[in-house]
Amino acid sequence: MISFFHYAMEILPDMLSGAWITIQLSVVCITVGIIFGMMLGVARVYSSKYIYWIVTGYVEFLRGTPCLLQLFFIYYGLGDMGLLLKPVLAAGIALGINTSVYQAEYFRGAIQSIKPGQMTAARAMGLSKWKAIRYVILPQALRLVIPSSSNEIIYMFKYTSVAFAVGVPELLAQADITGAMNFRYFESYLLAAIIYTIMVFTVAKIMSIIEKKVYVPGLQLMQ
Amino acid sequence: MSTILEVKDLTKKFADTEVLKGISFELKKGETLAVIGSSGSGKSTMLRCLNQLSPPDSGEILLEGVNINTPEIDLNTVRADMGFVFQDFNLFIHLSVLENVMFGPLRVRGLPKKEAREIAMAEIERVGMIDKIDFYPAQLSGGQQQRISIARALALRPKLILFDEPTSALDPELTGEVLGVMTALANDGMTAIVVTHEMGFAQSVADKAIFIDQGIIVEQGVPEQMFAAPRHERTRHFLSNFVGLE
Repeated sequence: MISFFHYAMEILPDMLSGAWITIQLSVVCITVGIIFGMMLGVARVYSSKYIYWIVTGYVEFLRGTPCLLQLFFIYYGLGDMGLLLKPVLAAGIALGINTSVYQAEYFRGAIQSIKPGQMTAARAMGLSKWKAIRYVILPQALRLVIPSSSNEIIYMFKYTSVAFAVGVPELLAQADITGAMNFRYFESYLLAAIIYTIMVFTVAKIMSIIEKKVYVPGLQLMQ
Repeated sequence: MSTILEVKDLTKKFADTEVLKGISFELKKGETLAVIGSSGSGKSTMLRCLNQLSPPDSGEILLEGVNINTPEIDLNTVRADMGFVFQDFNLFIHLSVLENVMFGPLRVRGLPKKEAREIAMAEIERVGMIDKIDFYPAQLSGGQQQRISIARALALRPKLILFDEPTSALDPELTGEVLGVMTALANDGMTAIVVTHEMGFAQSVADKAIFIDQGIIVEQGVPEQMFAAPRHERTRHFLSNFVGLE
């Protein structure tokens, strides 16, 4: 046990630099995911038939393929075609796109659970459809989406570890490197697991604080 | 008084069902028109055709002399000028009472926040809810919600207000407060069309009444006369369902 702490302290700087990259990558992916997810979700509910089918095809295609395949496609696949991205950028794009289609489904569900009367009331007051979405539908959808969206955020936080596969020096990569250098995989992975847990717990806490902060009586997803 | 609304030969079909078969009437500024008729007679559809929530198939709707049932008309401007009060209130559930009433001036009329707030406060005061400005719709009774939704419609400063069975979703003991607000509005000179089952209100407050049955206006006139001595058998039959109307 003492030797673990000793070793942990020794590799901690490397591990924390990995954790920092994990955090940055997560923030980028989650932001991209929520913004695109919201737009895709809105498009799936409110756009014309033509756009609906394009968006639906896009969402279903990306939901139907593994995340690692998407990452390899963007990094190695596009690289092969002459578009070589930095590993961290490729990972940001791939994971951001991946998580956005899941967020899109949560947004779609949230929007569809809003009573049609809310839209009708906004239109009856003389608001355009897009303004009604902006001022009435989205503020409600954003609140309704928090619980399911939080799960996806937490999931994505951990899933940034696949960036390891294209050589991004994030937390899992650092655990692997320090483990290999010191022949102490067990302790390195254990420390990585502890750091992930602390980070994910913090994220979950932040999400529940946000949820409480924006709570409005009478605005919940129907069970 | 000048004519504010003139409806000519309005028709509307849903699939193969003719819901409105040529509705025509006129409304003068400051008048309250009660629209009565049994469920499914087309009276709510008629109201939704007026502000084109449900676009009519044909006919003219002249608002202050301008036909608004043409593609060239900006529907949003027209709708802002015609307040609409729903049977089930439809207050924005994520906004407080004050924010709901400010919504029209702020988001539809584009007024600055301070001015929107002043208008909203005045309208909330008018419906007697000034002590509830920070409440959310879910924290209010049905009657209170409906009063706020009337204030929300008023805050747009509309030329007339359309009421779609405003008390039908309320418990009997809550209808009084809403009808009270509507009566005060009528006395203040607000122009209104009220689709209602409240015959007492129609009789005592409305200047005019029309009875719609199967998509046509069977009878129209001054409520007292119409209720006391209906000229048509269908009107008589409909009114006989309401006992104690004198």
